[in-house]
Amino acid sequence: MTMLEENLVPSPTPGTVTERPPQQPAGTKALTMAAALNAALRDALTEDPDVVVFGEDIGALGGVFRVTDGLAAEFGDGRVWDCPAAESGIVGTAIGMAEYGMRPVVEMQFDAFAYPAFQQIASHLAKMGSRTKGRMRLPVVVRIPYAGGIGGVEHHSDSSEAYWTATPGLTVVTPSNPSDAYSMLREAIASDDPVIFLEPKSRYWASESVELPVHTLPMTKARVVRTGEDVTLIAYGSGVKVALEAAEAGAAEDLSVEVVDLRSLSPFDDETVCASVRKTGRAAVIHEAAGFGSFGAEVAARVTEREFFSLEAPILRITGFDIPFPAAKLEQYNLPSAERVLAALDTWVW
Amino acid sequence: MGPIQLIDEHGARAGDEAAAGFEMPSAEVLLGIYRQMTLARRFDIQVTKLTRQGRLATYAPGLGQEACEIAPIAALQPQDWFFPSHRDAIGMLARGVPPQGVLAFFRGDWHSDFDPKQYRVAPLSVPLASHLLHAVGLAHAARLKGDPVVALTFLGDGASSAGDAHEAFNFASTWQAPTVFVLQNNQYAISVPLSRQTHARSFADRAVGYDMPGHLVDGNDPAAVYAVVAHAVERARAGGGPSLIEGVTYRIEAHTNSDDPTRYRSSDEVEAWRARDPIARLETYLRGAGVLDDEFAQHVAGEAEELASSTRDLMNAEPQLDPLELFDHVYAAERPALIEQRAALERELAEAGGQR
Repeated sequence: MTMLEENLVPSPTPGTVTERPPQQPAGTKALTMAAALNAALRDALTEDPDVVVFGEDIGALGGVFRVTDGLAAEFGDGRVWDCPAAESGIVGTAIGMAEYGMRPVVEMQFDAFAYPAFQQIASHLAKMGSRTKGRMRLPVVVRIPYAGGIGGVEHHSDSSEAYWTATPGLTVVTPSNPSDAYSMLREAIASDDPVIFLEPKSRYWASESVELPVHTLPMTKARVVRTGEDVTLIAYGSGVKVALEAAEAGAAEDLSVEVVDLRSLSPFDDETVCASVRKTGRAAVIHEAAGFGSFGAEVAARVTEREFFSLEAPILRITGFDIPFPAAKLEQYNLPSAERVLAALDTWVW
Repeated sequence: MGPIQLIDEHGARAGDEAAAGFEMPSAEVLLGIYRQMTLARRFDIQVTKLTRQGRLATYAPGLGQEACEIAPIAALQPQDWFFPSHRDAIGMLARGVPPQGVLAFFRGDWHSDFDPKQYRVAPLSVPLASHLLHAVGLAHAARLKGDPVVALTFLGDGASSAGDAHEAFNFASTWQAPTVFVLQNNQYAISVPLSRQTHARSFADRAVGYDMPGHLVDGNDPAAVYAVVAHAVERARAGGGPSLIEGVTYRIEAHTNSDDPTRYRSSDEVEAWRARDPIARLETYLRGAGVLDDEFAQHVAGEAEELASSTRDLMNAEPQLDPLELFDHVYAAERPALIEQRAALERELAEAGGQR
């Protein structure tokens, strides 16, 4: 890790989420995703004495994104603590704690900082359940703030999801809004399987009116966040906002766009996605990660396998370019935008 | 100062200076270690033979390292945990894991096939030093819960170079986690000699940088290994934090059956280390002390033959494997994709005439 993150807490991104989970109770308060995650950790720590939270700068500082704000003071050093700045050590010791019956929730601080932990995650965390014939489960949640859009310097904006989804044994989820963030993190902590919990950085400050505790869909289910007839945009994390913007702009041009928020990347909710594609006959998948060998490739392949005869056009991938994530002042050219999404849809013969 | 020694290479009691204040373990403890070392050696030789015969996919022998493998296990309480690496099959055996559980990995039946919680033994770990962190985490968790549990873990001179070794030492020290690291310096990481692994005089010296005790021990002296590890274990249990113990020993056998040690070391070197055999040393000492007689030795030898025989039977029998089980343990939660894939394999097997 670098020490740069000290200067990196960005100013809150203006704007609120336009997507709304279906049933929103009245008389609620505005909550950012960061605050929703904080509340989920607090409630889990309160309800289950085996839940512990540790990582780098998650104590007194409250995390570089303030997701753990106030938890160390409230729960004490035996439940929430700062640890040495070594990610393999963080995940490795979390594995040992889980072997003794705890439910550790660890933070990787930034996407690219999780790479030193890759061996612990790929060779142990993902495999222990299978290795031991289910005798030793590892209920560990690895929280990873990921993706760009916040003006981060190098190593602070990677989209690493395909590394994790390519690893059997992991559950990989990513919320796109505050209520899902709360509900999915609670479910991830309660899960007996290891969960890679990807938090889209650019959505940390998006707020929504939520009454807690909120239980949305099960974390492994995708959600149709906007219904439409002509095309299905398949997105997750920060891509959901882009897809909804594209849908809104498309509506002005008489294009009816359905948007599916995957929420879970592994397992993949084939049922919800395929039902949408059967209805629209066209699909595009959106993500920030480079397109080659990407999660979008898996989406395109599996939907094509299942829905070839429903499809009127090839499935498109609207992704970051096949380049290392750019420097802050150039990231806008790499990130998929609503304009780029609509331009891509225009390449189809309609 | 040389390695701590309680019994010298000739089986005589070492001098006070070599003992460095550590006391000779009781006769009862030493007889127990002698028995386990003898069983371990017979098992190790038998499994190495079976591997050469093709009954196992591979095996990493512990021959010559029995003092470092067995004596630390003898220093544990039932509630303590052991985190083995790939060369610690005989340590697992000494901890009570049955031969089938120890050997499932090496035969290729399953990556691990025993209940870790029953024996308080983690599955053996191949990626170098990665398991040390698991030991530290478990030890810290036990401490947070107020349980008097110590985690013991083994690594080799090769694993000492991996970054996880440093991270484990540092996390253990920072958290004062009740962990005991036993580094078996067996002089080779497969073919790479110690001189190409480190420039340091001793691995035990590293402990200074973590503010934990570091002990350099004659790794072929089971009495010294036991005394030093037992001290570290009880220190950790009492809240004193982790320790690093280096046992200087030698891998008499090849790395595994696919290795050819004649390409990188001399037979003179091997023979010189054979002369420092840890079991013969302990036997000489115990006989000299009038504690071990022919009757006991013969009884243990008989037990060892029984273990070898049952291990042969076990490994010569065809394993009962169910390919459909491949899907059953990957996740605790149900996965639709795996249910489909399981069904697909089941159909494939049925079409092949029910042959599994």
